[in-house]
Amino acid sequence: MKRSTIDIWVGAFVAAGFGGMLFLALKVGNLASFSTDQTYEVLAKFANIGGLKVRAPIKSAGVVVGRVSDIRFDNESYEAIVTFNVDARYQFPRDTSAKILTSGLLGEQYVGLEAGGDGVMLKGGDRLRLTQSAVVLENLISQFLFNKAAEGKDEKDAKK
Amino acid sequence: MAERALLAGLRDGLERLGGAATSRIWRLGFASRFFAHMLLHSGTAFRRFHLTVREIYFAGVLSLIIILVSGLFVGMVLGLQGYHTLQRYGSSEALGILVALSLVRELGPVVAGLLFASRAGSAITAEIGLMKATEQIAAMEMMAVDPIARVVAPRFWGGVISMPLLAALFSAMGIFGGYLVGVKLIGVDEGAFWSQMQAAVDVREDIVNGIIKSVVFGIAVAWIAVFEGYDAQPTAEGVSSATTRTVVTSSLAILALDFVLTAFMFTGGNGG
Repeated sequence: MKRSTIDIWVGAFVAAGFGGMLFLALKVGNLASFSTDQTYEVLAKFANIGGLKVRAPIKSAGVVVGRVSDIRFDNESYEAIVTFNVDARYQFPRDTSAKILTSGLLGEQYVGLEAGGDGVMLKGGDRLRLTQSAVVLENLISQFLFNKAAEGKDEKDAKK
Repeated sequence: MAERALLAGLRDGLERLGGAATSRIWRLGFASRFFAHMLLHSGTAFRRFHLTVREIYFAGVLSLIIILVSGLFVGMVLGLQGYHTLQRYGSSEALGILVALSLVRELGPVVAGLLFASRAGSAITAEIGLMKATEQIAAMEMMAVDPIARVVAPRFWGGVISMPLLAALFSAMGIFGGYLVGVKLIGVDEGAFWSQMQAAVDVREDIVNGIIKSVVFGIAVAWIAVFEGYDAQPTAEGVSSATTRTVVTSSLAILALDFVLTAFMFTGGNGG
């Protein structure tokens, strides 16, 4: 079988096609920036997770250190159990606290980790004790309205 | 008397409906058997791979120009339209997400598939149909060469191999077009454009699913094209109507399959 000029065109086409796929995977997707090769699991209970989703980022000091791998409902404490996969390169003290935060005003929700001062580091399967639930906008507004109403009442009472 | 004429008309109508339905089912059955036969006799297409390479050249390389140019323009339009909608909500930095997700998930595979059906699918049908009309297929059978193994299977595999590559190039070109319009022309922040895109596009969920879609469309278009060609009436008229049927059927198949695949892929779990 001898080579023909068609072969070079087909070769270039196939190479370009795979180049396009590689571009999509590396530049458009996030394959290069975060690999979930070596991780350890950490659990946390939240009273309310708001709009947190599986695969949401875990950030500490603004750096992505892991992803949410699972969200379950605990039927004993009536709380949400969130499982994180934290990159094994990053170690956190045992008294690290987790908060559910929102990026921007209407952005996606993520979990923020704040390192504590304990000398013992977290191991796989540990549970974070200190957690803070998501801020639910409706609760915040109703709280604000109730406060305003209460203030108005106080002022009226003071005038009397 | 009038009653009898009415009854006769009704019976005629019913007969025609039944005949049309039966012939559709007949064709579908034949197409399935043809597909199975083609897969079983694909060995030749891979053992004598230069046959398939030649078809990749005709189906893929020659479709490159139209795919690349269309991708660029679709991406540029997405950039313009997306920017004008997003900036109303003050989130024009999300332009990268909009362009990348709509291209990778939907427009890349679907539009590339439609273009591929009309550019390459119609050519495959016309070629096989003409070979049949000029009795080349019958001649091959006389020489004990299986025309399905020698003519049909290489064209089918050439189409199946070309389609995902073309769809990937379409998406990549479209994202480049969106980047040109969004960042270079309008002035969306370049860092935000790429970083928001990278944060939102998931490799498995979006890109791999997009590639799976394009493979499925490739199989559908190539199958329809070779079958219509093989099944064409061996006349000039028959070949022309087979070519039309290829474009119409494969476009409908792409859109319907796209709905089914999207329903499977993006509604499970947290969705998109």
